[in-house]
Amino acid sequence: MHTTALLLADVPAQTLPARSMMAFTLASHIILVPLGVALPLITLVMHGHGLRRGDATALLLARRWSAVMAVQFAIGVVTGTVLSFEFGLLWPGMMGRWGDVFGIGFGVEAWAFFLEAVLIAIYLYGWRRLPSRTHFLLGLPLPLVALLGAFGILAANSWMNTPRGFTLDSAGNPVDVKIWKAVFTPMFGPEYWHFVFAMFVTAGYVVAGVYAVGWLRGRRDRYHRLGFTIPFTLAAVCTPVQFMLGDSIARQVFHKQPVKFAGMEIVWKTATHQPEYLFGRLHPDGTVSGGIRIPQLDSVLAGFRPDTQVTGLTSVPADDRPTATQATIAHFAFDTMVGIGSLLLLLALWYGVLWLWRRRLPVSPWFFRAAACAGVASVAAVECGWITTEVGRQPWIVYQNMRVAEAVTATRSTSLWIMFAVVVVVYVFVFGSFLAVLLKMRTRWRLADARGGPRPPEETPQPELPETDTPYGPRSAGSRL
Amino acid sequence: MIAGVVAVVLLLVIAAYASGGGTDYGAGFWDLTAGGAERGSRPRWLIDHAMEPVWEVNNVWLIFVLVIMWTGFPVFFQQVFVTMWLPLALAAVGIVLRGAGFALRRPVRRLAGRRLYGAVFAVSSLLTPFFLGAAAGGVASGRVTATTTASTDAWANLTSLLFGLLAIATTAMLGAVFLAADARRFDAPDLDRYFRRRAFGALAAVAVLAVVTLFVTHGDAHHVWHGLTHGVGLLFVIVAALATLTTAWLLTRPSGAWSRVTAVGVVAASVIAWGMAQRPYLVPTSLTVSEGAGAPTTLRWLALVTLVAVVLVVPAVAFLYWLDTHGELEGLTDTDLRQGPPTTPR
Repeated sequence: MHTTALLLADVPAQTLPARSMMAFTLASHIILVPLGVALPLITLVMHGHGLRRGDATALLLARRWSAVMAVQFAIGVVTGTVLSFEFGLLWPGMMGRWGDVFGIGFGVEAWAFFLEAVLIAIYLYGWRRLPSRTHFLLGLPLPLVALLGAFGILAANSWMNTPRGFTLDSAGNPVDVKIWKAVFTPMFGPEYWHFVFAMFVTAGYVVAGVYAVGWLRGRRDRYHRLGFTIPFTLAAVCTPVQFMLGDSIARQVFHKQPVKFAGMEIVWKTATHQPEYLFGRLHPDGTVSGGIRIPQLDSVLAGFRPDTQVTGLTSVPADDRPTATQATIAHFAFDTMVGIGSLLLLLALWYGVLWLWRRRLPVSPWFFRAAACAGVASVAAVECGWITTEVGRQPWIVYQNMRVAEAVTATRSTSLWIMFAVVVVVYVFVFGSFLAVLLKMRTRWRLADARGGPRPPEETPQPELPETDTPYGPRSAGSRL
Repeated sequence: MIAGVVAVVLLLVIAAYASGGGTDYGAGFWDLTAGGAERGSRPRWLIDHAMEPVWEVNNVWLIFVLVIMWTGFPVFFQQVFVTMWLPLALAAVGIVLRGAGFALRRPVRRLAGRRLYGAVFAVSSLLTPFFLGAAAGGVASGRVTATTTASTDAWANLTSLLFGLLAIATTAMLGAVFLAADARRFDAPDLDRYFRRRAFGALAAVAVLAVVTLFVTHGDAHHVWHGLTHGVGLLFVIVAALATLTTAWLLTRPSGAWSRVTAVGVVAASVIAWGMAQRPYLVPTSLTVSEGAGAPTTLRWLALVTLVAVVLVVPAVAFLYWLDTHGELEGLTDTDLRQGPPTTPR
């Protein structure tokens, strides 16, 4: 109790609002990331399919996804820019001391991102005038560039988890920086591939989910079939790979960041034959309530043998490890992610087995109900994975080298709370509008499809055309609205 | 030595952002001032079409600025973001609103919706450069120090205010010059005249504000004033003045290819003059380039990364501009997003 009070006194008042703001903006941005990384690939696959087969439906889908990409990319760019600002606005202490050690990854990210912006502009605006082959070929580097951009970000995050490539001088400042070591840290490989596959899986299920809903509502034409099959197949192929990668990264955390692993698995005391808790809450005295206890399993998962020794939280002093609450949060997020991943694996198997045996889509509505939920579920899994890695690292911002409390800005907590409120309002507006615009586009296309059937074009009513040509602006006297 | 090279890179990237991003913000300024829905319909039509494929890319320079700052000069980055907390936080909010407003307004059909997103876009196009300029003013006048906390007088002072206004005027000038030239491309000579008139006004505002700023820096930011009136700094001030005169002259005739070049020249030369005037300081007279520099290994790698960026990004951006000015890029229309009738497959 005494130590807890001391700890609380050490943490500056700005920490909570700064943390909340970072968490909120990053959690919002991360929703757009899977589409940003993987939607170009999915669209290009559809585009290539359409070009090869001369398939007008596939090309229409690719064009419509481009229109979605245009809006999504722009919002991803600006919410991402905010995160760059927040490094300085919220964590100047971290950047001031460590910027030159781990910042270089962002340099790679910056030019990858520049190329991405150029290529995406060409792709989105090239549909009408460029020769179709040229247009497609110019789009092809997009997925690669997106992966390169992710490289920079993941290099930075994995460095925060397993910082390397420097020595500390007597004043505690990093000297003798070795860039190569600072970029390729032990956690980099596992984090990078786990992330990349998460993006493919998530984007695939999100896009397919839209058409699964249409399918359930009785729209079972080629358009919906194609729009479902291509992204779902991509996601289903990636799901088992992701499952293996996820298993491997957990073991890497066990080896490289044992205390973080202890937090994720709520292990209190170092011991062999550790039980695994599915969910369950850790209390400050080390007891666990709720959840399902499976004897021996944690040791088996970590080292394949029940006598594997798993480090507990108490192996380090209380102020060097996540609190009981933080450990519980990381543990819940971790278990939720694994749970969702397992369910998605079953779904992918259902799809894959039927396809290999019978060469057809499942007919059960339950399959499509599950597929419709898979998009949301995988976004939730991405959020959980991110919570696991960030909360599990506490109280460190740079693992075992700098505490979050040392990095936080000196700006008054009131200012931070006010800014947080402003940011919440702005983000609710932006994301709400984004969703509204997407739904509007969907409705408009659905109406257009319903009209574009066998009827001759003359009968097609002209929808809202005059308004399309009138740009917005302040209301002038006597205007129509 | 290597720190000096990276500092020059930082300055050049800031100049690129001021020119590229500035043009983009400027379009928002003229969007804001275009008048009612009917009167402003043609200028807004041009702004929409001119901005779409290319201009958004210009804003990516900002990411480069931030990355070079925190990787190359971490202490400088820390000090700027602690001291200039409020203007930079507001600029970040402005950037979100601006980008989202612009992106969302295109797919929206109803006038009310377009008004809302358009207004968000235009107002934040005005505020964002102001706050970024104010932060730069705080740096130039030496108000960023290791000990200062985020207080108002660090950025609410005459130099900061003038830098902010100068930023707005500059973006307006760039926007109008580029829009006038784009009007030719879109075959709208009336809009060429319309935007040249405005460019002229904005250019005059820039000139007046620049002279006033110079006088204010004499008292408030003496080191910068001295740098601007001597040596290399003075040279770039003269270049900027000449570019201003040339731009003014070019604005009296129908827009050709050159007005854009000279307008960018005005902005780039001014930014470089400011940077040169600050030598050898990152923050005049408290933090020198070598004091603020990160580890030498990192700086060498940063220079290499920059080189790769130049090799890869410059041709890509040039190609994008080429495609755009040759009319190869055009947004998808509603017809493209509609299913063709089955009798006439596309």
